Amino acid sequence: MKRLIYILSIAMFFNASPSASETPEEKGLAIAKEDDKRDNGFQNFTANMVMVLKNRQGEESSRHIRNKTLEVEGDGDKSLSIFDRPRDVKGTTLLNFTHKVGADDQWLYLPALKRVKRISSANKSGSFMGSEFAYEDVTSQEVEKYTYKWIRDEDREGEKCFVFERYPVYKNSGYTRQVVWLDQKDYKILQIKFYDRKNAPLKTLTQSNFKQYLDKYWYPGTMHMENHQTGKSTLLTWSDYKFRTGLSDKNFNKNSLKRAR
Amino acid sequence: MPVFPSAVLRFLITLGFFITASFSHAHEFSGFVGGEARLFPNSALHLGQKDDSISFVAQPEYYHEFESGSSFTFVPFYRFDSADRERTHFDIREFTFLWLKEDFELRLGVRKVFWGTTEILHLVDIINQTDLAENVDAEDKLGQPMANISFSRDWGTFDLYWLPYFRERTFVGTGGRLRGSAVVDEDRTQYESAAEEWHSDWAFRYSHFFGDWDVGLAQFVGTSREPTLLSDTDPEGNAIKIPRYEQILQTSLDLSFVSGEWLWKGEALYRTGQGNDDYFAWTGGFEYTFTRVWNSQMDLGVIGEWMFDTREDEATTAFENDLAGGIRLALNDSASTEALFGWVQDLNSSARFLFLEASRRFGDHLLLTAELRTFLNQPADDFLFDQRADEIMQIELAYYF
Repeated sequence: MKRLIYILSIAMFFNASPSASETPEEKGLAIAKEDDKRDNGFQNFTANMVMVLKNRQGEESSRHIRNKTLEVEGDGDKSLSIFDRPRDVKGTTLLNFTHKVGADDQWLYLPALKRVKRISSANKSGSFMGSEFAYEDVTSQEVEKYTYKWIRDEDREGEKCFVFERYPVYKNSGYTRQVVWLDQKDYKILQIKFYDRKNAPLKTLTQSNFKQYLDKYWYPGTMHMENHQTGKSTLLTWSDYKFRTGLSDKNFNKNSLKRAR
Repeated sequence: MPVFPSAVLRFLITLGFFITASFSHAHEFSGFVGGEARLFPNSALHLGQKDDSISFVAQPEYYHEFESGSSFTFVPFYRFDSADRERTHFDIREFTFLWLKEDFELRLGVRKVFWGTTEILHLVDIINQTDLAENVDAEDKLGQPMANISFSRDWGTFDLYWLPYFRERTFVGTGGRLRGSAVVDEDRTQYESAAEEWHSDWAFRYSHFFGDWDVGLAQFVGTSREPTLLSDTDPEGNAIKIPRYEQILQTSLDLSFVSGEWLWKGEALYRTGQGNDDYFAWTGGFEYTFTRVWNSQMDLGVIGEWMFDTREDEATTAFENDLAGGIRLALNDSASTEALFGWVQDLNSSARFLFLEASRRFGDHLLLTAELRTFLNQPADDFLFDQRADEIMQIELAYYF
């Protein structure tokens, strides 16, 4: 009996680790799962972001947003985004319950009318605040949202990376595929190339100024999204990350949406 | 034109000093100032009305949040209007202390509360009085003094409101357009209750979401925000209207359901005490959004809503049996350019009403807003017949700080 368990556990061990027989799809999924595992357990955080939108002529405008995020076990994160600038939309707040599969639950608070409005989140390919980021780029990334395929390993600026493709599961995505450069040591996403519905190059996201938080989690300080088709770009800068601030479910309901400032 | 009786004002000022004295950090000052021009292409029908006007508005906002999460908000409002003395007015939109506890939220002071889901008519929204002199779209509200306690639980949110003081509706005055032929005389206001504006009104509301459904159930007991307008004459023999505020009971339900790109919405109410007969009213419809239309960043929303009131022609609103259609275009550009075109058709007559609202930001602080409203084919017995010549073009430039 003991011998049988021993054989079984050896078999399972080999099954779970990368092997010669692993397909590129299996390897891609394994990488995504490992990445997700490393991201788990942060519990909650608050952070500020500034988005600078730049058009083809180089004219700039900016948006200031404060973010609160709560990790939800077994499902997507809950988040609250509070707009500070431009001033005419100050106080506008978005409450988002992401789900691993299916549409998210979203409510928008409009401070001038004091109105909470349920909004449709079915189409996540739309622009987030007029930027080059789509809603699907900024909401929580879950393993289940894509299928994967490992392409190759590659050195990028001295860092050994996995290069893999991911294919959105959800049918209204603005993309056919994304090519991801993920560093093998810390699992930081360094770059993503987005391909539109016609499989033409659409955007490139480059992430930099990574910082490690709680001795575990690597978050980018700078996210630069460039649209190759329109010549527009958006520079997103994160600051003031604070983890485990005591946020709970209570901070992510319609009442807290109304009083968020 | 007293906005608040002096007793209320004194209480607010005292409360203000008390709160200001305990400030430690994080004072936040924001708001807007703006200038507006209105042009009426058709000559006025009623004596005293002007064909154009200019106006200035200011709405600063002071906010302070305490360490505990509790907060204080103060939002005064002032508008000066060149044509209408009634539209030149001051109001305290907000003067609220929010006490945030683990199990509940308590809000004391003057506030604005919104209930409802639909776009064209806000049927069940009843806590605040409409500032009709400010704009005929009825989306501007007067600050309402209240005590509100709110409990949020897994099973939903429960709100209880005590409304100790009633605010009279503002009406367009003699010099203003978008009014009836007889002006409303607010000095002769009548109340059913002997307590008049000091009648204590009560309301409660339960709201929650169940997956794709959002549900709100509410009960209101007290002074109707909507007056019954009685015909009379002034000492000179001119026809006038006298507002009479009755004691009503209103039970209401509002719903929204999201399914893919579809948003379905509905509001319904049952009211007793207003006029001789109890009545039902409802409104509902859909909003469908096409994302990234014409291969661009633009979103195009299509709105369809139906409004019905069982009093039909006896209704105290213009929407007794009307169908509305709307198209909302959001450019999703850096200037947040948006436009909403709407069309409201009376189903019992040929009367229709068209509107266009558009806005665009310039730089980081300026917002330009344009509104166009026109009334077509108003029959002589229609609610808006007196406003048939009041096609309006309005443009506003506001600086947000």
